[in-house]
Amino acid sequence: MSKVRVLVGTRKGAFVLTSDGKREEWDVSGPHFGGWEIYHIKGSPADPNRLYASQCSGWFGQQVQRSDDGGGIWTPVGNKFVYDGIPGTHQWYDGTAHPWEFKRVWHFEPSLTDPDTVYAGVEDAALFRSSDGGQNWQELAGLRGHGSGPRWQPGAGGMCLHTVILDPTDPQRIFIAISAAGAFRTDDGGQTWQPINKGLYSQYIPDPTAEVGHCVHHVAMHRARPGVLFMQKHWDVMRSDNAGESWQEVSGNLPTDFGFVIDVHAHEPETIYVVPIKSDSEHFPPDAKLRVYRSKTGGNEWEPLTKGLPQSNCYVNVLRDAMAVDSLDECGVYFGTTGGQVYASANAGDSWTPIVRDLPAVLSVEVQTLA
Amino acid sequence: MIQVVLPAHLRTLARVDGDVKLEVQGEATQRSVLDALETKYPMLQGAIRDHVTQQRRPYIRFFACSEDLSHQSPDAPLPDQVVAGTEPFFIVGAIAGG
Repeated sequence: MSKVRVLVGTRKGAFVLTSDGKREEWDVSGPHFGGWEIYHIKGSPADPNRLYASQCSGWFGQQVQRSDDGGGIWTPVGNKFVYDGIPGTHQWYDGTAHPWEFKRVWHFEPSLTDPDTVYAGVEDAALFRSSDGGQNWQELAGLRGHGSGPRWQPGAGGMCLHTVILDPTDPQRIFIAISAAGAFRTDDGGQTWQPINKGLYSQYIPDPTAEVGHCVHHVAMHRARPGVLFMQKHWDVMRSDNAGESWQEVSGNLPTDFGFVIDVHAHEPETIYVVPIKSDSEHFPPDAKLRVYRSKTGGNEWEPLTKGLPQSNCYVNVLRDAMAVDSLDECGVYFGTTGGQVYASANAGDSWTPIVRDLPAVLSVEVQTLA
Repeated sequence: MIQVVLPAHLRTLARVDGDVKLEVQGEATQRSVLDALETKYPMLQGAIRDHVTQQRRPYIRFFACSEDLSHQSPDAPLPDQVVAGTEPFFIVGAIAGG
Protein backbone atom coordinates (compact mmCIF):
# COMPACT_ATOMS: atom_id res chain seq x y z
CA MET A 1 0.00 0.00 0.00
CA SER A 2 1.23 3.50 -0.73
CA LYS A 3 2.63 5.69 1.98
CA VAL A 4 2.98 9.42 2.33
CA ARG A 5 5.82 11.18 4.10
CA VAL A 6 5.48 14.87 4.90
CA LEU A 7 8.72 16.73 5.65
CA VAL A 8 8.16 19.80 7.79
CA GLY A 9 10.75 22.48 8.51
CA THR A 10 10.03 24.81 11.43
CA ARG A 11 11.64 27.64 13.38
CA LYS A 12 12.75 25.15 16.03
CA GLY A 13 13.38 21.84 14.32
CA ALA A 14 12.27 19.34 11.70
CA PHE A 15 9.36 16.94 11.85
CA VAL A 16 8.58 13.91 9.70
CA LEU A 17 4.89 12.96 9.41
CA THR A 18 3.95 9.63 7.88
CA SER A 19 0.71 7.95 6.96
CA ASP A 20 -0.62 5.22 4.71
CA GLY A 21 -2.46 6.02 1.51
CA LYS A 22 -5.68 6.75 3.35
CA ARG A 23 -4.00 9.72 5.02
CA GLU A 24 -6.20 9.49 8.08
CA GLU A 25 -3.82 8.35 10.83
CA TRP A 26 -0.46 10.07 11.13
CA ASP A 27 2.75 9.28 12.93
CA VAL A 28 4.75 12.33 13.96
CA SER A 29 8.49 12.04 14.50
CA GLY A 30 10.67 14.86 15.78
CA PRO A 31 11.85 17.33 16.56
CA HIS A 32 14.99 16.60 14.66
CA PHE A 33 17.64 19.28 15.29
CA GLY A 34 15.52 20.81 18.04
CA GLY A 35 16.17 24.50 18.54
CA TRP A 36 17.57 25.06 15.04
CA GLU A 37 15.76 26.73 12.17
CA ILE A 38 15.00 24.21 9.46
CA TYR A 39 14.30 26.23 6.35
CA HIS A 40 13.72 23.29 4.05
CA ILE A 41 13.84 19.51 3.77
CA LYS A 42 13.42 17.69 0.51
CA GLY A 43 13.77 14.13 -0.71
CA SER A 44 15.43 12.90 -3.87
CA PRO A 45 13.00 11.78 -6.59
CA ALA A 46 15.64 9.22 -7.61
CA ASP A 47 15.96 7.75 -4.10
CA PRO A 48 13.16 8.72 -1.71
CA ASN A 49 15.22 7.71 1.32
CA ARG A 50 17.82 10.36 0.49
CA LEU A 51 16.79 13.60 2.20
CA TYR A 52 18.54 16.94 2.46
CA ALA A 53 17.80 19.40 5.27
CA SER A 54 18.87 23.01 5.70
CA GLN A 55 19.65 23.58 9.38
CA CYS A 56 20.76 27.01 10.53
CA SER A 57 20.99 29.33 13.49
CA GLY A 58 21.97 32.88 14.17
CA TRP A 59 24.67 31.61 16.50
CA PHE A 60 26.22 28.72 14.63
CA GLY A 61 25.46 29.43 10.99
CA GLN A 62 24.53 26.95 8.31
CA GLN A 63 24.57 23.18 8.53
CA VAL A 64 23.46 20.71 5.89
CA GLN A 65 22.07 17.42 7.11
CA ARG A 66 21.59 14.35 4.95
CA SER A 67 19.57 11.24 5.66
CA ASP A 68 19.89 8.00 3.71
CA ASP A 69 17.06 6.21 5.47
CA GLY A 70 14.10 8.52 5.04
CA GLY A 71 14.71 10.72 8.04
CA GLY A 72 15.65 8.27 10.78
CA ILE A 73 19.39 8.94 10.91
CA TRP A 74 20.93 12.22 9.85
CA THR A 75 24.55 13.04 9.08
CA PRO A 76 26.02 16.53 8.76
CA VAL A 77 27.63 17.03 5.36
CA GLY A 78 29.34 20.02 3.73
CA ASN A 79 28.33 23.49 4.83
CA LYS A 80 30.92 25.56 2.97
CA PHE A 81 29.12 27.89 0.58
CA VAL A 82 31.69 30.23 -0.91
CA TYR A 83 30.78 32.57 -3.74
CA ASP A 84 32.79 32.12 -6.89
CA GLY A 85 35.49 34.74 -7.36
CA ILE A 86 35.11 38.22 -5.91
CA PRO A 87 31.47 38.35 -4.82
CA GLY A 88 30.84 42.02 -5.64
CA THR A 89 27.83 43.94 -4.41
CA HIS A 90 24.06 44.08 -4.69
CA GLN A 91 21.71 46.85 -3.56
CA TRP A 92 20.87 47.19 0.10
CA TYR A 93 17.43 48.30 1.32
CA ASP A 94 18.49 51.95 1.11
CA GLY A 95 19.85 51.60 -2.39
CA THR A 96 23.52 51.58 -1.39
CA ALA A 97 25.91 48.90 -2.59
CA HIS A 98 26.21 45.97 -0.17
CA PRO A 99 28.66 43.09 -0.43
CA TRP A 100 27.29 39.64 -1.17
CA GLU A 101 27.30 37.66 2.10
CA PHE A 102 26.19 34.06 2.54
CA LYS A 103 23.52 33.73 5.23
CA ARG A 104 21.56 30.50 4.79
CA VAL A 105 20.13 27.89 2.46
CA TRP A 106 16.47 28.53 1.75
CA HIS A 107 15.73 25.66 -0.59
CA PHE A 108 17.21 22.34 -1.68
CA GLU A 109 16.21 20.85 -5.02
CA PRO A 110 17.55 17.34 -5.51
CA SER A 111 18.24 16.17 -9.06
CA LEU A 112 15.44 14.26 -10.73
CA THR A 113 17.82 11.43 -11.65
CA ASP A 114 20.85 11.38 -9.33
CA PRO A 115 20.49 11.25 -5.53
CA ASP A 116 23.97 12.71 -5.06
CA THR A 117 23.25 15.81 -7.09
CA VAL A 118 21.36 18.59 -5.36
CA TYR A 119 20.90 22.33 -5.89
CA ALA A 120 20.81 24.85 -3.07
CA GLY A 121 19.16 28.24 -3.33
CA VAL A 122 20.76 30.57 -0.82
CA GLU A 123 20.65 34.03 0.75
CA ASP A 124 22.31 36.31 -0.42
CA ALA A 125 20.87 35.10 -3.66
CA ALA A 126 22.90 32.51 -5.51
CA LEU A 127 22.55 28.96 -6.73
CA PHE A 128 24.95 26.22 -5.61
CA ARG A 129 25.22 22.61 -6.70
CA SER A 130 26.70 19.53 -5.08
CA SER A 131 27.35 16.36 -7.05
CA ASP A 132 28.69 14.32 -4.12
CA GLY A 133 25.72 14.08 -1.81
CA GLY A 134 26.18 17.48 -0.23
CA GLN A 135 29.82 17.15 0.79
CA ASN A 136 31.08 19.93 -1.49
CA TRP A 137 29.27 22.88 -3.03
CA GLN A 138 30.08 24.93 -6.12
CA GLU A 139 28.31 28.09 -7.15
CA LEU A 140 26.67 28.30 -10.56
CA ALA A 141 28.10 31.76 -10.84
CA GLY A 142 26.58 32.61 -14.20
CA LEU A 143 23.41 33.60 -12.36
CA ARG A 144 25.00 36.30 -10.26
CA GLY A 145 27.18 37.04 -13.25
CA HIS A 146 24.13 38.18 -15.14
CA GLY A 147 24.70 41.86 -15.58
CA SER A 148 21.77 42.79 -13.40
CA GLY A 149 23.27 41.38 -10.18
CA PRO A 150 24.38 44.74 -8.74
CA ARG A 151 20.75 45.95 -9.08
CA TRP A 152 19.18 43.10 -7.11
CA GLN A 153 17.92 44.00 -3.68
CA PRO A 154 16.47 42.10 -0.73
CA GLY A 155 12.82 41.63 0.04
CA ALA A 156 11.63 41.98 3.62
CA GLY A 157 12.79 38.44 4.37
CA GLY A 158 16.24 38.90 2.89
CA MET A 159 17.63 38.49 -0.61
CA CYS A 160 16.84 34.85 -0.94
CA LEU A 161 16.87 32.45 -3.86
CA HIS A 162 13.85 30.44 -2.75
CA THR A 163 12.58 28.59 -5.79
CA VAL A 164 14.46 26.06 -7.93
CA ILE A 165 12.53 24.11 -10.58
CA LEU A 166 14.18 21.47 -12.75
CA ASP A 167 12.63 20.81 -16.14
CA PRO A 168 11.88 17.06 -16.33
CA THR A 169 12.10 17.10 -20.12
CA ASP A 170 15.28 19.12 -20.48
CA PRO A 171 18.14 18.61 -18.02
CA GLN A 172 19.76 21.83 -19.20
CA ARG A 173 16.78 23.99 -18.22
CA ILE A 174 16.35 25.32 -14.69
CA PHE A 175 14.01 28.00 -13.39
CA ILE A 176 14.81 29.97 -10.23
CA ALA A 177 13.24 32.89 -8.40
CA ILE A 178 14.68 35.51 -6.09
CA SER A 179 13.04 37.93 -3.73
CA ALA A 180 13.28 40.70 -4.84
CA ALA A 181 15.02 40.29 -8.18
CA GLY A 182 12.53 38.15 -10.04
CA ALA A 183 12.57 34.90 -12.00
CA PHE A 184 15.40 33.61 -14.17
CA ARG A 185 15.94 30.68 -16.51
CA THR A 186 18.97 28.84 -17.80
CA ASP A 187 18.89 26.66 -20.91
CA ASP A 188 22.50 25.52 -20.68
CA GLY A 189 22.68 23.82 -17.30
CA GLY A 190 23.38 26.96 -15.33
CA GLN A 191 26.20 28.58 -17.29
CA THR A 192 24.12 31.52 -18.50
CA TRP A 193 20.81 32.90 -17.31
CA GLN A 194 18.15 35.27 -18.54
CA PRO A 195 15.57 37.17 -16.53
CA ILE A 196 12.03 35.99 -17.33
CA ASN A 197 9.96 38.81 -15.91
CA LYS A 198 8.21 40.24 -18.96
CA GLY A 199 4.60 40.95 -18.10
CA LEU A 200 5.19 41.39 -14.38
CA TYR A 201 4.04 44.74 -13.04
CA SER A 202 5.26 45.91 -9.64
CA GLN A 203 4.01 49.35 -8.72
CA TYR A 204 6.35 49.55 -5.72
CA ILE A 205 9.54 49.82 -7.80
CA PRO A 206 10.67 52.86 -9.77
CA ASP A 207 10.09 51.17 -13.11
CA PRO A 208 7.10 48.85 -12.60
CA THR A 209 7.99 46.78 -15.66
CA ALA A 210 11.75 46.61 -15.08
CA GLU A 211 13.76 43.65 -16.28
CA VAL A 212 14.62 42.79 -12.64
CA GLY A 213 13.48 43.97 -9.21
CA HIS A 214 10.17 42.09 -8.88
CA CYS A 215 9.39 40.42 -5.59
CA VAL A 216 8.49 36.95 -6.77
CA HIS A 217 7.29 34.86 -3.83
CA HIS A 218 7.04 31.42 -5.40
CA VAL A 219 6.73 29.62 -8.73
CA ALA A 220 5.19 26.22 -9.46
CA MET A 221 5.13 23.90 -12.46
CA HIS A 222 3.38 20.66 -13.35
CA ARG A 223 5.77 17.94 -14.47
CA ALA A 224 3.66 17.09 -17.51
CA ARG A 225 3.75 20.68 -18.81
CA PRO A 226 7.13 22.17 -18.04
CA GLY A 227 6.47 25.18 -20.25
CA VAL A 228 3.57 26.34 -18.09
CA LEU A 229 4.52 28.20 -14.93
CA PHE A 230 2.38 29.68 -12.17
CA MET A 231 3.69 32.47 -9.96
CA GLN A 232 2.61 34.06 -6.71
CA LYS A 233 4.19 37.47 -6.83
CA HIS A 234 4.21 39.89 -3.88
CA TRP A 235 0.96 41.07 -5.37
CA ASP A 236 -0.56 39.29 -8.37
CA VAL A 237 -0.94 35.67 -9.30
CA MET A 238 0.64 35.17 -12.71
CA ARG A 239 0.83 32.53 -15.41
CA SER A 240 3.23 31.86 -18.25
CA ASP A 241 2.56 29.47 -21.13
CA ASN A 242 5.96 29.89 -22.75
CA ALA A 243 8.48 28.95 -20.06
CA GLY A 244 8.54 32.43 -18.61
CA GLU A 245 9.03 34.40 -21.82
CA SER A 246 5.94 36.38 -20.86
CA TRP A 247 3.41 36.40 -18.02
CA GLN A 248 -0.28 37.20 -17.70
CA GLU A 249 -2.12 38.02 -14.51
CA VAL A 250 -4.67 35.40 -13.41
CA SER A 251 -5.61 36.80 -10.00
CA GLY A 252 -9.25 36.99 -11.09
CA ASN A 253 -11.71 36.95 -8.21
CA LEU A 254 -9.25 36.32 -5.37
CA PRO A 255 -10.06 38.38 -2.24
CA THR A 256 -6.48 39.62 -2.30
CA ASP A 257 -3.80 38.74 -4.79
CA PHE A 258 -1.02 38.88 -2.20
CA GLY A 259 0.30 35.62 -0.81
CA PHE A 260 3.30 33.36 -0.67
CA VAL A 261 2.49 29.80 -1.71
CA ILE A 262 1.31 28.45 -5.03
CA ASP A 263 1.12 24.85 -6.14
CA VAL A 264 -0.34 22.64 -8.87
CA HIS A 265 -2.56 19.55 -8.54
CA ALA A 266 -0.58 16.36 -9.18
CA HIS A 267 -2.86 15.09 -11.96
CA GLU A 268 -4.67 18.17 -13.24
CA PRO A 269 -2.21 20.69 -14.67
CA GLU A 270 -4.84 23.43 -14.79
CA THR A 271 -5.80 23.06 -11.12
CA ILE A 272 -3.79 25.38 -8.91
CA TYR A 273 -3.85 26.47 -5.27
CA VAL A 274 -2.99 29.68 -3.44
CA VAL A 275 -3.57 31.04 0.06
CA PRO A 276 -4.48 34.73 -0.12
CA ILE A 277 -2.92 36.82 2.62
CA LYS A 278 -3.65 40.40 3.63
CA SER A 279 -0.81 42.79 3.10
CA ASP A 280 1.28 44.84 3.05
CA SER A 281 2.01 44.70 6.75
CA GLU A 282 -0.53 42.40 8.38
CA HIS A 283 0.38 39.13 6.68
CA PHE A 284 -2.61 37.19 7.95
CA PRO A 285 -5.68 35.88 6.12
CA PRO A 286 -8.31 38.43 5.09
CA ASP A 287 -11.33 38.51 7.42
CA ALA A 288 -9.39 36.21 9.80
CA LYS A 289 -10.58 33.23 7.72
CA LEU A 290 -8.02 30.70 6.57
CA ARG A 291 -9.00 29.87 3.00
CA VAL A 292 -7.17 27.98 0.32
CA TYR A 293 -8.30 29.12 -3.10
CA ARG A 294 -8.43 26.64 -5.93
CA SER A 295 -8.71 27.36 -9.62
CA LYS A 296 -9.56 24.52 -11.98
CA THR A 297 -9.08 26.75 -14.98
CA GLY A 298 -5.45 27.67 -14.55
CA GLY A 299 -6.34 30.92 -12.83
CA ASN A 300 -8.83 33.79 -13.04
CA GLU A 301 -11.75 31.76 -11.64
CA TRP A 302 -11.13 30.82 -8.02
CA GLU A 303 -13.19 29.02 -5.37
CA PRO A 304 -12.55 29.21 -1.64
CA LEU A 305 -11.86 25.92 0.13
CA THR A 306 -12.82 26.26 3.77
CA LYS A 307 -14.11 22.94 5.07
CA GLY A 308 -12.04 22.03 8.12
CA LEU A 309 -10.10 25.30 8.16
CA PRO A 310 -10.63 27.98 10.84
CA GLN A 311 -13.13 30.57 9.66
CA SER A 312 -12.81 33.04 12.51
CA ASN A 313 -10.04 34.58 14.60
CA CYS A 314 -7.29 33.13 12.44
CA TYR A 315 -4.14 35.23 12.12
CA VAL A 316 -1.51 32.84 10.79
CA ASN A 317 0.56 33.10 7.64
CA VAL A 318 1.51 30.42 5.13
CA LEU A 319 5.08 30.93 3.97
CA ARG A 320 6.35 30.45 0.43
CA ASP A 321 7.69 26.89 0.67
CA ALA A 322 4.99 25.63 3.00
CA MET A 323 2.60 23.96 0.53
CA ALA A 324 3.01 20.68 -1.34
CA VAL A 325 0.98 17.96 -3.05
CA ASP A 326 1.23 14.18 -3.07
CA SER A 327 0.70 12.08 -6.19
CA LEU A 328 -1.82 9.52 -4.96
CA ASP A 329 -4.83 8.88 -7.18
CA GLU A 330 -6.85 11.42 -5.27
CA CYS A 331 -4.34 14.21 -4.94
CA GLY A 332 -3.41 15.19 -1.41
CA VAL A 333 -2.66 18.83 -0.64
CA TYR A 334 -0.71 19.95 2.44
CA PHE A 335 0.28 23.26 3.94
CA GLY A 336 1.81 24.53 7.16
CA THR A 337 1.20 27.77 9.04
CA THR A 338 3.20 30.13 11.18
CA GLY A 339 0.88 29.03 13.99
CA GLY A 340 2.36 25.53 13.85
CA GLN A 341 -0.51 23.70 12.17
CA VAL A 342 0.00 21.35 9.24
CA TYR A 343 -3.24 20.84 7.36
CA ALA A 344 -3.85 17.97 4.96
CA SER A 345 -6.53 17.38 2.40
CA ALA A 346 -6.89 13.87 0.96
CA ASN A 347 -9.44 15.05 -1.60
CA ALA A 348 -7.69 17.75 -3.57
CA GLY A 349 -8.70 20.48 -1.18
CA ASP A 350 -12.40 19.78 -0.73
CA SER A 351 -11.90 19.27 3.00
CA TRP A 352 -9.01 19.68 5.43
CA THR A 353 -7.80 18.13 8.65
CA PRO A 354 -4.90 19.25 10.83
CA ILE A 355 -2.24 16.54 11.04
CA VAL A 356 -0.62 18.45 13.90
CA ARG A 357 -1.68 21.70 15.54
CA ASP A 358 1.09 22.93 17.77
CA LEU A 359 4.46 22.75 16.06
CA PRO A 360 6.80 25.74 16.03
CA ALA A 361 6.14 28.15 13.16
CA VAL A 362 6.24 26.17 9.93
CA LEU A 363 8.75 27.34 7.33
CA SER A 364 8.42 24.59 4.73
CA VAL A 365 6.39 21.54 3.79
CA GLU A 366 7.37 18.89 1.27
CA VAL A 367 5.63 15.61 0.50
CA GLN A 368 6.91 12.28 -0.72
CA THR A 369 4.57 9.66 -2.14
CA LEU A 370 6.13 6.27 -1.42
CA ALA A 371 5.35 2.94 -3.04
CA MET B 1 45.23 17.74 27.23
CA ILE B 2 43.18 20.88 26.77
CA GLN B 3 39.62 20.74 27.96
CA VAL B 4 37.01 22.48 25.80
CA VAL B 5 33.44 23.14 26.86
CA LEU B 6 31.03 23.40 23.93
CA PRO B 7 27.53 24.89 23.94
CA ALA B 8 24.79 22.28 23.96
CA HIS B 9 23.87 22.67 20.29
CA LEU B 10 27.45 22.09 19.18
CA ARG B 11 27.79 19.05 21.46
CA THR B 12 24.73 17.63 19.73
CA LEU B 13 26.11 18.49 16.31
CA ALA B 14 29.48 16.90 17.10
CA ARG B 15 27.79 13.97 18.85
CA VAL B 16 29.80 14.30 22.05
CA ASP B 17 28.68 13.95 25.64
CA GLY B 18 30.26 16.34 28.09
CA ASP B 19 33.50 18.18 27.56
CA VAL B 20 36.02 17.61 24.79
CA LYS B 21 39.69 16.90 25.45
CA LEU B 22 42.19 17.86 22.78
CA GLU B 23 45.86 17.27 22.12
CA VAL B 24 47.16 20.52 20.65
CA GLN B 25 50.40 20.63 18.68
CA GLY B 26 52.69 23.58 19.43
CA GLU B 27 51.63 26.60 21.41
CA ALA B 28 48.06 26.56 22.69
CA THR B 29 46.21 29.54 21.27
CA GLN B 30 42.60 30.13 20.26
CA ARG B 31 43.58 29.33 16.69
CA SER B 32 45.48 26.11 17.46
CA VAL B 33 42.76 24.86 19.81
CA LEU B 34 40.02 25.57 17.28
CA ASP B 35 42.10 23.98 14.51
CA ALA B 36 42.46 20.84 16.62
CA LEU B 37 38.77 20.89 17.52
CA GLU B 38 37.67 21.21 13.89
CA THR B 39 40.09 18.50 12.80
CA LYS B 40 38.65 16.08 15.32
CA TYR B 41 35.05 17.18 14.66
CA PRO B 42 34.83 18.42 11.06
CA MET B 43 31.12 19.15 11.38
CA LEU B 44 32.06 22.11 13.60
CA GLN B 45 33.83 23.83 10.72
CA GLY B 46 31.92 27.03 9.98
CA ALA B 47 29.90 26.83 13.21
CA ILE B 48 32.41 28.69 15.40
CA ARG B 49 34.52 30.55 12.84
CA ASP B 50 33.62 31.75 9.37
CA HIS B 51 34.81 29.30 6.74
CA VAL B 52 36.63 31.91 4.70
CA THR B 53 37.74 34.68 7.06
CA GLN B 54 38.30 32.39 10.06
CA GLN B 55 36.77 35.18 12.17
CA ARG B 56 34.79 34.22 15.27
CA ARG B 57 31.08 34.18 14.50
CA PRO B 58 29.37 37.24 16.00
CA TYR B 59 27.28 35.40 18.62
CA ILE B 60 30.15 33.21 19.85
CA ARG B 61 32.40 34.10 22.78
CA PHE B 62 35.52 32.48 24.22
CA PHE B 63 35.98 32.44 28.01
CA ALA B 64 38.65 30.97 30.27
CA CYS B 65 39.76 31.55 33.86
CA SER B 66 36.85 33.95 34.42
CA GLU B 67 38.00 36.19 31.57
CA ASP B 68 36.49 36.99 28.20
CA LEU B 69 39.18 36.16 25.65
CA SER B 70 36.95 36.83 22.65
CA HIS B 71 38.68 40.00 21.57
CA GLN B 72 42.23 38.81 22.12
CA SER B 73 44.38 37.89 19.16
CA PRO B 74 43.63 34.37 17.96
CA ASP B 75 47.37 33.77 18.18
CA ALA B 76 47.79 34.94 21.77
CA PRO B 77 48.83 32.16 24.16
CA LEU B 78 46.01 30.77 26.29
CA PRO B 79 46.29 30.99 30.11
CA ASP B 80 48.64 28.49 31.77
CA GLN B 81 45.76 26.76 33.58
CA VAL B 82 44.06 26.04 30.24
CA VAL B 83 47.31 24.70 28.83
CA ALA B 84 47.77 22.56 31.95
CA GLY B 85 44.24 21.22 31.62
CA THR B 86 43.16 22.46 35.03
CA GLU B 87 40.79 25.08 33.63
CA PRO B 88 38.55 24.63 30.56
CA PHE B 89 38.36 26.77 27.44
CA PHE B 90 34.72 27.75 27.11
CA ILE B 91 33.05 28.27 23.73
CA VAL B 92 29.85 30.11 24.55
CA GLY B 93 26.80 30.99 22.50
CA ALA B 94 25.56 34.47 23.37
CA ILE B 95 22.42 34.63 25.47
CA ALA B 96 20.27 36.32 22.87
CA GLY B 97 17.38 35.69 20.58
CA GLY B 98 14.32 33.54 21.02
